[in-house]
Amino acid sequence: MTFWTYRRRDNLVGYLFVAPALLGSLAFVLVPLGMVGWYSLNEWNVLGGTFEFIGGENYARLLADEKLRDSLVATAWFAAGLVVLNLSLALLLAVLLNQKLRGTTLFRTLFFSPVLVSLVAWTLVWQLMLQPEGSVNGLLGVFGVDGPNWLRGETTAMVSVVVVQVIKNVGLNMVLFLAALQGVPAPLYEAAKIDGAGAWRRFRSITIPLISPTILLTSIITIVGSLQVFAQIAVLTQGGPGTSTTVLIYYLYQQAFQFHHFGYGATISVLLFVIVAALTLLQWQMRRKWVLHES
Amino acid sequence: MSRLTALIVAALLALTACSGSSAQSGPKSLRMTVWTANEAHLKLLNEIASEYKASHPDVTEIKFDSIPADGYTTTLTTQIAGGNAPDLAWILEESAPDFVSSGALAPIRAKVEKADELVPSAIKLWEKDGELYAYPFSTSPFGLFVNTDLVKELPKTWEQAVAASAGKNLVLPDFKYQNWAVLSAIWRGWGANAWSEDGRTCGFSSQEMKDAMTFVHKAIFTDKAIPGPGTTVDFFAGNAAMAVSQISRAGALKDAKFGWTLLPLPQGPKGDYAVIGQAGVGVLKRSKNAEAAADFLGFFTNAANSAKLAQFFPPVRQSLLNAETLAKSNPLIKPEQLQSVVIDGISKGVVKPSHQGQEELNQTIRAALDPLWKPDANVGQVLDGVCAKIKPLLERP
Repeated sequence: MTFWTYRRRDNLVGYLFVAPALLGSLAFVLVPLGMVGWYSLNEWNVLGGTFEFIGGENYARLLADEKLRDSLVATAWFAAGLVVLNLSLALLLAVLLNQKLRGTTLFRTLFFSPVLVSLVAWTLVWQLMLQPEGSVNGLLGVFGVDGPNWLRGETTAMVSVVVVQVIKNVGLNMVLFLAALQGVPAPLYEAAKIDGAGAWRRFRSITIPLISPTILLTSIITIVGSLQVFAQIAVLTQGGPGTSTTVLIYYLYQQAFQFHHFGYGATISVLLFVIVAALTLLQWQMRRKWVLHES
Repeated sequence: MSRLTALIVAALLALTACSGSSAQSGPKSLRMTVWTANEAHLKLLNEIASEYKASHPDVTEIKFDSIPADGYTTTLTTQIAGGNAPDLAWILEESAPDFVSSGALAPIRAKVEKADELVPSAIKLWEKDGELYAYPFSTSPFGLFVNTDLVKELPKTWEQAVAASAGKNLVLPDFKYQNWAVLSAIWRGWGANAWSEDGRTCGFSSQEMKDAMTFVHKAIFTDKAIPGPGTTVDFFAGNAAMAVSQISRAGALKDAKFGWTLLPLPQGPKGDYAVIGQAGVGVLKRSKNAEAAADFLGFFTNAANSAKLAQFFPPVRQSLLNAETLAKSNPLIKPEQLQSVVIDGISKGVVKPSHQGQEELNQTIRAALDPLWKPDANVGQVLDGVCAKIKPLLERP
């Protein structure tokens, strides 16, 4: 009996095939993840060069941190506004552009093009447009509306950040919805029409159930994405006015990189990880209830 | 799972092993982080570096690494955290207390040529227990730049300055309704302070501060002299009557298409005063070449090189602080302006507010001041609110 039986050789080949990917995710995902966890148990003074184990102190601080509570509220508003606006607008555009009319290709391209623009360039242009004497207020002025100082009011700043982000990314979800819509078999609609179903009824009872897997996918992507929005905040509002747009990831950046509390910053990123994981898990569990073919 | 833990521990060990500092012998290469990307500045820095390398063959390279001023300190500390600390670094005055007190910098007094002639008030920020931890290579007083095409009568007081620029813009280029510390160039005229000398007591709720900020608020929303939040007006392009800015900005007026002059800051109710912004250069203790870096710093800041640097960065050496010497390197500014703004400014000026944990204070105060920048703001209430927010930060041990 030799050691290298067929079975063992087969296994070895298999392991070798997965090794590059496995090593990659070990080095670039699991190890950094573990290190973040380790940092969160330490007080790390970057300037002084001290690195001291403090156990759960950072986590105790997490619970007592009032600014963290503010930033969780801001994050919730941002995520809720973004998900609702993005998904409903994307679905609306997809339905409109799924009609067999002239010019739809042009509009599809138009709505998708912001996805391809560099994020920072996009945000900088919007920053100019949202100034008190910017083009947004200029346009409103044509209709006799005296526009606010968008980025300086607490509510208008949050609305601005959400809208800028929605217009940037709505095209991506729109394309996904379009693909899903085109996968809905036409005979279903015909049969429904013969049964006397109106347009709204057909949309609610045929379209929505059949594209529900895509709705699940887009909502997971959008929610996870909304919790990681950073550049827009950094460019448009720097978390202000007050702390109205200091979302969790911006607060994390402030604590770690601006205030030099790297250990506490790591603790906040553990919290962010837990929140993202929990939301994703929740949506995944809920799919049985409302996604077709999943129950 | 235990294998994963072992791996993490191994990775951490590897990391700490790499970051251990040990003196390096043989050819050395030095890196200094700076926030200027100005070609004329870099040309001068490189000239000084070449001269040093010529007499020190063991130093093969001196590299000036430009990092944008916006987020400079953040980038610098991230480099330090990542084990990629520079050998020398420019340091903004607002980060001085953090850098000096943390022990991140190496002592340099012994390397500085004629350290006794440095203006005492100008090096205070960079000292601890009698030792010098960074050399203030640029000490730049705030002054009032006036566009003489737009303003005929030069103002002596803040009241006059605001009245003369009503509707014609009095700008504070670096303020942007974010960098509140720039406002100290105004409120010092009222005798106000961000915090007490020892940094323990908040000064925002004092009567002086309330009077000064009421004046600023009125200048923005009633007199329409200071452009409102979100509006950008460029003095250096000729679009504003006046600008409160640092003298080091005068270079931007080289090709100005309008008449201009430079005045000391106008008088407030408390009379004459001056405010300065500073920048120091220090040696990172963790640098493998700390010794060589400190040696280069000594050369970089010696009297001869300070005189060269003075054309961009006002010096703190008494021997250079006379209108005659400064005039040689500042052709744009008249000798009497150099005397009244630069020389008097450096000798009697107060440095912009700085404190340990400055960045956290910056953000907290910025957020607490935001409600002030509305036409109907209650100034007193907002300022009391600032003190309520920063009290725990100031009292932190």
